[in-house]
Amino acid sequence: MSDTQRYHVLDRAPFNLASYLLRWESILVMLLVAVIIINTAISPYFLDIYNLSDATFNFSEKAIIALAMALLIITREIDLSVAANIAVCSLVMGLLSQMGYGTPILVMAGLAVGATAGAANGALVTKFRLPSIVVTIGTMSLFRGIAQVVLGDQALTKYPSALTSFGQGYIWPGVPIPNSFALFLILACMFGFVLHRTVIGRQIFAIGHNPTAARFSGIKVEKTRFWLFVLTGLMAGLAAVLLTGRIGSTRPNIALGWELEIVTMVILGGISIAGGTGTILGLVLSVFILGLTIFGLSLVNIPGIEIAILIGLLLIISIAIPIMTAKWRGRT
Amino acid sequence: MKHISRRSVLTLMGASAASMAVATPVFAADKVRIALVVKALGIGFFDACRDGGMEAAKELGNIDLIYTGPTKTTAEEQIAVIDSLIAQKVDAIAISANDQDALVPVCKKAMERGIKVISFDSGVGKDGRIMHLNPSNNALIGSKCVQMMAKTLKNEGEVAILSATAQATNQNIWIEEMKKEWAKPEYAKMKLVSTVYGDDQADKSYRETQGLLKANPNLKGIIAPTSVGIVAAAKAVVDAGLVGKVFVSGLGLPSEMKGAVLAGATDTFAIWNPIDLGYSAVMIAAMIQSGKATGAPGTSVMAGRMGEIKIGDDGQAAMADPFTFDKSNIEQFAKIF
Repeated sequence: MSDTQRYHVLDRAPFNLASYLLRWESILVMLLVAVIIINTAISPYFLDIYNLSDATFNFSEKAIIALAMALLIITREIDLSVAANIAVCSLVMGLLSQMGYGTPILVMAGLAVGATAGAANGALVTKFRLPSIVVTIGTMSLFRGIAQVVLGDQALTKYPSALTSFGQGYIWPGVPIPNSFALFLILACMFGFVLHRTVIGRQIFAIGHNPTAARFSGIKVEKTRFWLFVLTGLMAGLAAVLLTGRIGSTRPNIALGWELEIVTMVILGGISIAGGTGTILGLVLSVFILGLTIFGLSLVNIPGIEIAILIGLLLIISIAIPIMTAKWRGRT
Repeated sequence: MKHISRRSVLTLMGASAASMAVATPVFAADKVRIALVVKALGIGFFDACRDGGMEAAKELGNIDLIYTGPTKTTAEEQIAVIDSLIAQKVDAIAISANDQDALVPVCKKAMERGIKVISFDSGVGKDGRIMHLNPSNNALIGSKCVQMMAKTLKNEGEVAILSATAQATNQNIWIEEMKKEWAKPEYAKMKLVSTVYGDDQADKSYRETQGLLKANPNLKGIIAPTSVGIVAAAKAVVDAGLVGKVFVSGLGLPSEMKGAVLAGATDTFAIWNPIDLGYSAVMIAAMIQSGKATGAPGTSVMAGRMGEIKIGDDGQAAMADPFTFDKSNIEQFAKIF
């Protein structure tokens, strides 16, 4: 070796079959295949294109929020107020709808309220340097509380038919792809492109790996985080538009508990809660695994409580496996 | 070949998944599958409904009863449950709804696919079901709640209401009916001071009751028209050492209320028989499914041992009157439900 040799930094890791197969996404693909095989074996109604398309209604809204949540978690932040944010967005849409405004205004209002609530979270975290988990637990109670105070014992149920038929509808008559699912797929491609193929994506990973180093490389760490909070709020607003349209009713307990289901999607997708790693592909696979597991088990009428136990075990096992294998491999 | 691959996959996936797959019966195609969908699983009242439903299924002979429901009392989760039932192509659904309006589209979809949908206990909007079976008459339930409290308090003192969720269809109707009864002159000295919501969660109901006791030092009675709320309220009264000073009444399950009645926190409470309710719901669903009844307003349906049930305007039907429980009969009924 001559001492004049340049120090090399590869653009990407060299191809290696073993590490390729041990990638988290590969494990998820195998898990997804297993889920499909088991569900097909236990219920004759599982592999039915219309049933599967109906099933996507029940997770697409959560999955849309999970996309933005993934970016947030990669930068070492979290937003637990997303479900309560949906309640506030839906509340504002319901009130405007009662005043007689049409669907375009309602959609814009839902998105605007969501983004504003996200901006409030972002400002508290980045300007006042508060931990996001504390801030968003606070705003979770705040947003949910606002909905409870304003609605009291009422439910807002007057929505224009354009909104409800969008929330309940399919992209084309006869094509079994619901609007919400199509939106999720399009957004997943956009998020995947931005995260894995653009400078912004590299910056998000850099912040998650080492915020201080990222700052010294000229990345605006806090500004990026702030806008990711706004983006997460905006996605919550979009989910609120879809959900409100789908069920045509706003109650204070709308989307109750979704924040934990969304975080579960993200974590199972291989996005490290410590920040810095993860892929949109992993998240999309995890969305399908969770969605199909829940749907498949409910097809054979296994109670939701038992499904929750299974999902919990799945999550713990899937987090433990890579850590265990890393330990074993390190020992040999 | 198929069996071998299935078994090996299951072995790979571990014992829990395997036991679940084995434990799941494959439904015979010639049996009529009726789903009894409740607000949430793990509630004693609905478990009693299931027992009644099983009784009806056994009596009819050719029924497979699917007892199911969400984990949280939200509309979204219940919609997901109905979606899975539509996917399974069940023959009929009897549902107690978490939201009158939000369940309409999915129930409509079920009916469009040939599934007979009725609601019981807590109704679905009239476009989303063939008929609705009320456990009793709303006016009778409301007035019963007020009468029981008035009898205990001898028509005098401050009273509060602890309800389920603020949107619970049935609780809101009963509270309205209570207020109508309350307007009568004999209750002039018995005042309604507050209405709070425990969301049908034991811990929240308990906290709300503690709040009531603190905020209203002269409180004499709490009416809880919910089986979760009444137990939590009675426990809060016992824990605060206010037995004999504050009485809890309303709607509850004898098995869950036995302690409160024996402790003295509750003088009387009422409930229709949930076993009868589940029985009637499944019976009616089976009758409509087999074409022996239409469920249309103005007609009637034979619900086995419960006799003929008339269907009134908007497809609303009432099963029976609520039944009062006190120290004299609580132990006997606590063994049943």
